[in-house]
Parts: sequence; C-alpha cells; structure tokens
Amino acid sequence: MSSATAALDSPRAPFDRALLLVVPAAAFMLLLFVYPFLYGLALSFNPKEGGALANYTHFFTTDNLWPTIWTTLRLALPATLINVGLALPIAFKMRVKSPYQRWATTILVVPITLGTVLIAEGMLTYFGPKGWLAQFLQFFHIYEGSIRLTHNYWGVLISLVISGFPFAFLLILSYITGIDPVLARAASTLGANPRAQFRTIYLPLLAPGLAMCFCLAFVQAFSVFPSAVLLGSPAGPTRVISIAAYEAAFEQYDYSLASAIAMIMGFVQLLIVAAVLGVRNLMYRGPVSGGKG
Amino acid sequence: MNHDFNELRLDGVTRRFAGAGGQAFAALNELTLTIKRGEFIALLGPSGCGKSTALNCIAGLMQLSGGSIWLDSTRIDTLPPEKRGFGMVFQNYALFPHMTVARNVGFGLKMRGLSDAEIAPRVAHAMKLVQLVGQENKLPGQLSGGQQQRVAIARAIVIEPPLVLMDEPLSNLDAKLRIETRAEIRRIHKELGRATIYVTHDQDEALSLADRIVVMKDGVVQQIAAPSDVYGQPANLHVARFMGYRNVLELKVDAEEGDRVTLSGPDVRLVGMRKQPLSGGRASVAMRPEEFVLGAGPEGTNTIAGRVDNVEYCGRDSLVDVITASGTLLHVRATGTPAVGDSVAVHVPVERVLVYPIELPK
Repeated sequence: MSSATAALDSPRAPFDRALLLVVPAAAFMLLLFVYPFLYGLALSFNPKEGGALANYTHFFTTDNLWPTIWTTLRLALPATLINVGLALPIAFKMRVKSPYQRWATTILVVPITLGTVLIAEGMLTYFGPKGWLAQFLQFFHIYEGSIRLTHNYWGVLISLVISGFPFAFLLILSYITGIDPVLARAASTLGANPRAQFRTIYLPLLAPGLAMCFCLAFVQAFSVFPSAVLLGSPAGPTRVISIAAYEAAFEQYDYSLASAIAMIMGFVQLLIVAAVLGVRNLMYRGPVSGGKG
Repeated sequence: MNHDFNELRLDGVTRRFAGAGGQAFAALNELTLTIKRGEFIALLGPSGCGKSTALNCIAGLMQLSGGSIWLDSTRIDTLPPEKRGFGMVFQNYALFPHMTVARNVGFGLKMRGLSDAEIAPRVAHAMKLVQLVGQENKLPGQLSGGQQQRVAIARAIVIEPPLVLMDEPLSNLDAKLRIETRAEIRRIHKELGRATIYVTHDQDEALSLADRIVVMKDGVVQQIAAPSDVYGQPANLHVARFMGYRNVLELKVDAEEGDRVTLSGPDVRLVGMRKQPLSGGRASVAMRPEEFVLGAGPEGTNTIAGRVDNVEYCGRDSLVDVITASGTLLHVRATGTPAVGDSVAVHVPVERVLVYPIELPK
C-alpha cells in the first residue's frame, strides 16, 4: 500500500550510483561460479560415448558409483546431527558472560583454524591402533580389545565432528546471544523453570537458526574429501561421492563423468537443504526480542 | 505460593555489586519495608538509585547480598523466581515474540499445568480487563506499544499473583499514552486489589498511583510516606530537590523558636519551618516555584525584591526567573506575565519555606 503511493508520488527513482559497487562482486560470481557451473553442467551432458544422459545412467547402474551417495549421507548426516546437537547445549551454557567464557570459546574454536590435514595427522597418532588413546586404555585395563578408530568409518566421522563442531558452535552461539535474555526472565516470573524456559522460549526462537546451521554444516560435511582419504578407507566404507568424482576426473581423465557426479552431488545437497528450509518456513521467523528495546 | 497474603516484609535487603577497582558497592543498602495486602507502593528515585535492583531482588531475578524477604511467615528470598509466583511487568514488555497474544497471556497458567479448557476463560477475562478483546490471535509484533504493554499487564495478572511488580512500565510510551495507561493501571489495581510494587523515576506517576512512596537515592531509602507527605513535607534536601523544590538557598540561621527558623542572606530574609535538626549556624531552605506569589507579603514577611531576568510562557502560567541585587536566582511560577527587566517583589508563605541542614560537599 505504502509502496504504491510512493510510486505515484515519485515518478521514477533516480539511478543510485552506489549500486555500481556491486559490479566487481557480480563479475566475480559470474566468472568464478556461474560460468564454471554452467560449463560443468553442459559438459556432463556430453559424454565420451553414448547419448546426452549416458553419464547419469552410467552412475546409477555402476556398483562402485551410485552407493557413494549413501556412503556420503551415512557420514554427513550423523556428523551434522552430532555437531548441531553438541553445539546447542554448549553454546547455551556459554551465552552468559563469565570469566571462563572467553577461554572456553577460544579452545572450542581452535580446530577451525587447523585444517583437515593437520587434524588427520593428529588423529592418526592419537586414535591409531598404537596411539595414545589405545595405550592409555590398555595401560589402565579399561578396554583390552584392539582399538580401530582410524582408516575406517569412525575415523572420518570423528574428523568431521572435530572440524565441523566449531563452525556449528559459533553459528549457534551468535543466534543464542541474539535472543533477549529478559524473555527467559519474564518466563521465570510466570513459573517456568530453566528446563521449561529452554523448551518454550529458547528452542522455538532458535529453531530457524538451527535449521540454517544444519544446512551449512551438512553441506560442509557432505563435500568431505581429505579426511575420507587420510583417515578412512577410500576403497571401501568411506568411498564418498567426492572420491568418485576425483577418480573420474584425475584417474580416468573422464571430465564429463566427473562433472555429472559433481552435479549429482550438488543435487543431493540441494534436496536435503530444500527439505530443511521447507520445514523452517513453517516456523516462527520474526524478531527475537520482546518489544521495544 | 499462589495464595493471598497479609504482608510482604523486606528486612534489611542489601545487594552489592563489584565496582571499579574490585571494590564492592551497595546498589541497594538495607531496604526495610512492609507491604500490606492490596497496597500500591511506588519506588521512586533517579536512575541508579537502586529501585530496579530492589524490584529484581523481590522478583527473585537477583540474589540478595544480605537481609531477607518474608511473605507472612514464609521466607522467600531463597526461592527461585518460578517458585515465588509474583507477576512482573517489564520496561520493554518482554512479550514472547513467537506466541500469539492469547498464548502470551496464558503462558503462566500453562506453566501451572492448567488445561487449555481452564486457561481459555481466564485469558478471555484478562483480555477484557485490559481492553484488548479481539487481538487474541495477533503476534506481539503486530500491536502498538501501548497494546503490547497492556498484554504484558494481562500476562502478569492472569496468574492472580499475590504481588504485582512493575518496572517502569510506562517509560517507553509517548506522553498521551502514558497518562491513559497510568489510569488503566490504577483502575486494574482498584478492581483486583492486588498488592503492587511500582518502580518509576517520574514523580507524577508515583504521586498519582501510589498509596505510599519510597524515595530512594544511592541505594538508600530517603523517605517512606504517603504521596501528599512526600510532596509537601520532604524528609530531607535530596527528596525536596527530587520532588520539585527548585529554589534551594544556603543562608545564615539568625534565630530558632520551636520549628520556626529565621534566616538571612545578603538581601534575603526568610522565616521557614525546620524539617531536620540544624547545626553550625547555616542552613538550606527549599521552596517550590509554585508557592511564590507576586507582590509583597503581609507586613513584608518573606518578601524578596529583584529584577525579572527571564520569562517562559507555559500556558496557564509563566515560569519567571527573578534575580536579586546580590545575584541570587529564584524560579517563580506566576499567573501574570511580567516583562523582562521589570522590578518585582515576590513572597512565599512561612510554612512553605522548608529548612534543612546544609548539604555537605562530597
């Protein structure tokens, strides 16, 4: 209504020259994202042999290709759920300023600066069959059996949690600190104990942020590659979809098939993200403060 | 805890904070006060005087550093806020933004485990009380500030708390809405008869709403009295200044007969009423601008001559600044409009000149 009257009052908004500032970013996007994406999309429909869809039919009929979708999902979904699920209570505890808040936050965030390769190095010495953890457990007779937490599914999962957790934690912490604490105080005067305050106030207000955090953490985990190679068994249980794409591109030099795999990978991610964001649209997404500040 | 009570007793309630340099300072110092059932108490003072600290201590949102709080014979200062069951209205409303108005109002009942069928009629009754019928299914963000504050009031009173706490509930509203909502609060209080503690820095709000006013400064209670007493007979110079005694002069004490004190300055000679014991031969007198009258007094008592320095037209009357020959400035409310530069005389009744000990420099 107001925009209609505004349109009547001013014949046409003058060109805002500040918009020109967007040009470099737009050009960057076009050159480095949109063009390669479209190029890859077109390439995936031009296979070495066969019709336009030959790559896709090849992927879904070859026994060491199509299961990589499940292998990747089996790693990425639990890792994401663990990360978001762990980060939520810890971030909730960290929301109030305290002397240790800064130290705890720093320690929790350090892994984000390390990079997957360094984490993998550390994990191999720590979690390996002759690593510190195994030696410790056996020395104190806590667990006598052989411990295999590297070069299998668990190694990759642990690595995804270590590298993905700080990211989820920081994101959720910023969502939580954005919620006006006076709302929880108001709930407490109305009879809500801390558990009820969390359930009725914090959780509903956080839900859209958690959904967003889930999407970002999932996309990050889904494209796992270095830790799947270094800490997993890239020929077997952790043969993730990015490994399949890598092999197609750099071992078989079939860029067309590699592009098709990349497209399938993107499509699966898109499906999950769209589903989560679809649920998010059903939730309350307004301001998270309780009136005039 | 959701029962009626005869009195709420604050006994030496103290709250200290860590101040600059690790030194603790008392934001609230030894507040002792008894609130009777149905009473409306205003905690009045400038910002930082400890009035909100006091309210948070009563609500349970802040731990005490000392003292105790009693509801009849039950000690409550050790209980968490959710066990005290006091209704609280916050300055910025603190409505739950993701819940409809009806769910906001019914929140306290839901937390008490009532069924939806039991909640609905009580919410409807509260909505009627705050005159918001028809807004039940809106989100708080769709309401105006005044409506939001009334939702907050409904939410606090629907649980039928023994005590309602209000933390500057009107300070975010514009002037007109403030006066309307003030009348609303008074009406609701009359209708429900719930004891209320109301925190404000606005004397008009405190005077018009409260049965008793607690005037505070720097965490210390200055005076606890009925509004007319706080207005007419401030207990000390701080209260007098805060209640609008804008003319404070430091004069020499010439004579004391009972409570009547005669004082003089370079070109001022006043007779006033002593409010606190004096010492040291000097005293401060406090006078309201409203209590001056233009012209000389009977037999020249309490008459001050001077020159008009400034006139502010205020509609019904004018605020006139009068300067005496020696440079003493007086603020006077006058119905006439004297011109700047005129020579005038003003006088003030003896019983409206309040005499206090001089303020010691800090």
